Amino acid sequence: MAATGSSTEPEEGTAPRAARKPREQDAAGLGARRALAFVAPGLLVVALFLVLPALWTLYLGSTDYRLTGIPAVDPQFVGVDNLTDALGDDGFLNSLWLTLLFVVGSAVLGQAIGGFALAWWMRERTGPLRAVLESLVMLAWILPSSVVAFLWIAYLDRDDGTLNALLHTPGAAWLLDHPMLSLIVFNIWRGTAFSMMLYSAALGNVPRSHLETARLAGAGPLQQLRDVVFPAIRGHVLTNLLLISLWTFNDFTPFLITAGGPDGRSETLPVFIYQTALGSGQLGYGAALSFLMLLINLVVAVVYLRLLGRKRKEERVDEASPARGRQAGAEREVDA
Amino acid sequence: MSRPVGALLRGVARYTLLALALAFFALPMLWLASAPFDRNPRVTASLPEFTLENFRRLWENPHAVNSLASSVVLAVGSAVVVVTLSALAAYALSRVRIPGRDGLLYLLLLLSSIVTGTAAMVPVFLLASELGLVDSYSGVVLVLSGGLLPAAIFILKDFTDTVPRSYEESARVFGASPLRVLRDVVVPVVRPGLATVGVWTVAQVWGNFLIPFLLLRSPDKSPAAVVMYTFYTEGGQPDLALISTFSLLYSLPVVLMFLFVSRRYGFRFHGGIKA
Repeated sequence: MAATGSSTEPEEGTAPRAARKPREQDAAGLGARRALAFVAPGLLVVALFLVLPALWTLYLGSTDYRLTGIPAVDPQFVGVDNLTDALGDDGFLNSLWLTLLFVVGSAVLGQAIGGFALAWWMRERTGPLRAVLESLVMLAWILPSSVVAFLWIAYLDRDDGTLNALLHTPGAAWLLDHPMLSLIVFNIWRGTAFSMMLYSAALGNVPRSHLETARLAGAGPLQQLRDVVFPAIRGHVLTNLLLISLWTFNDFTPFLITAGGPDGRSETLPVFIYQTALGSGQLGYGAALSFLMLLINLVVAVVYLRLLGRKRKEERVDEASPARGRQAGAEREVDA
Repeated sequence: MSRPVGALLRGVARYTLLALALAFFALPMLWLASAPFDRNPRVTASLPEFTLENFRRLWENPHAVNSLASSVVLAVGSAVVVVTLSALAAYALSRVRIPGRDGLLYLLLLLSSIVTGTAAMVPVFLLASELGLVDSYSGVVLVLSGGLLPAAIFILKDFTDTVPRSYEESARVFGASPLRVLRDVVVPVVRPGLATVGVWTVAQVWGNFLIPFLLLRSPDKSPAAVVMYTFYTEGGQPDLALISTFSLLYSLPVVLMFLFVSRRYGFRFHGGIKA
């Protein structure tokens, strides 16, 4: 404990710099060695089960490793062959296209716009209708994925599904005839809650006086949205779009509903990777595809962090506006 | 003259939209509310001929009961690992100056949002085989914990930063050893933070399908998420009474946890209660 003698030194807050120091102080007298011992187990688990797998895709992706057969015992180094193969693989390109449809259709358009509409409608309402709607939206979001997957399989069932009974369209096989559309609608149902909550928090920060002024100046609802609301919540819109895109891109629930079928017509990238690597045992090729997926995730995350950083800088410039400060606070909560 | 008509039309349009939204979100879930209590459940949601017989039958199904027990083991195991390791790391990172700390935290957080289970399923599967962790609970717990720890450390460090150091200092003045200070002073103060991280971990693990699906081989070890899937993908006529009751029972804990958290702490995002 001798090494931490500094913690008992009296510190006078004479200079501003010195005044900050006690915040960093090792108040319990832990000491550097024990502190490292505290951090090490957590970091070890993260290194082994999060960092190592990510790096491993790089190595594996450049081999012809397979689950069975000769390449399983003695995998050969094939360099970037897997990646060039992927670019000529119709299955892969198809899955990439379907994933784009899935992300744009269900997250960017469906969840973001639906979530905003719900938040806008709820903004000044109380009462049972609002409570019921909000609970239903939240419930769709918190139920386990294998449960909601079956709920939708039953709902869209060809012979007996509730949807066909309601629409009087007996025998309409939604999951077979329109698998991708079904998945998109499903995912809007599943994930709108997050956008709704985020926008509700954001709308709470739009200064009422600004809306009032706009209304008195004769602005219609759409003009108010465009000129007053949207500029005030731009940061939240960005956060929301990037998070829901990332989650939807990585969502494995389509596997539980359609398993990619029929004939790969709903095979989004996660399902395609699963079928390739573990279904047909091409581990090397599957790892190369995983690597591409990690790369796309990385690009989205880095774009997000850079835009967020730029916004922080802007905020530091016009710190005078209290509304923006509060907005930044809410955003930090979301980051965590 | 046209004004009241316009207002009326707008009102009708608004309520139609509202009714559509309610229907859109409610209809897929109706079945979950009706089928478990129906004597002869069908795929269509309908008013049940009320019975609790289905729950008794569920209780007699060994797969169903075992899988719920597996889910509890995985969720509790992961919560213990995540809360313990993240609390230790968060405390040290909050109180002792470690070079490059903030950079390290952000890097970890970035990694955990990029390296999702879906993107890393191939290496995770191989890693588990290499380490002999296939078909063991500890493999699933470790893989899931690795993904959850960065956010947990981040949340708890934020939390610890707000705890005044004077508590620890006074305890030190009275001669308590550092570990004693941690146990008797720090842990009680940060308990709400620990509870939040624990509940969040349980909710994440409870619903996770992919990792146990990849890593557990024997059916009697499968958690509820995986068994639910096998119930309706196995060949033959699906047993709707079993599936519906099981779905309800399996969903109940997350719904209760969600209600508890939002009542107690108000709802905070923290990346959502689920992934």
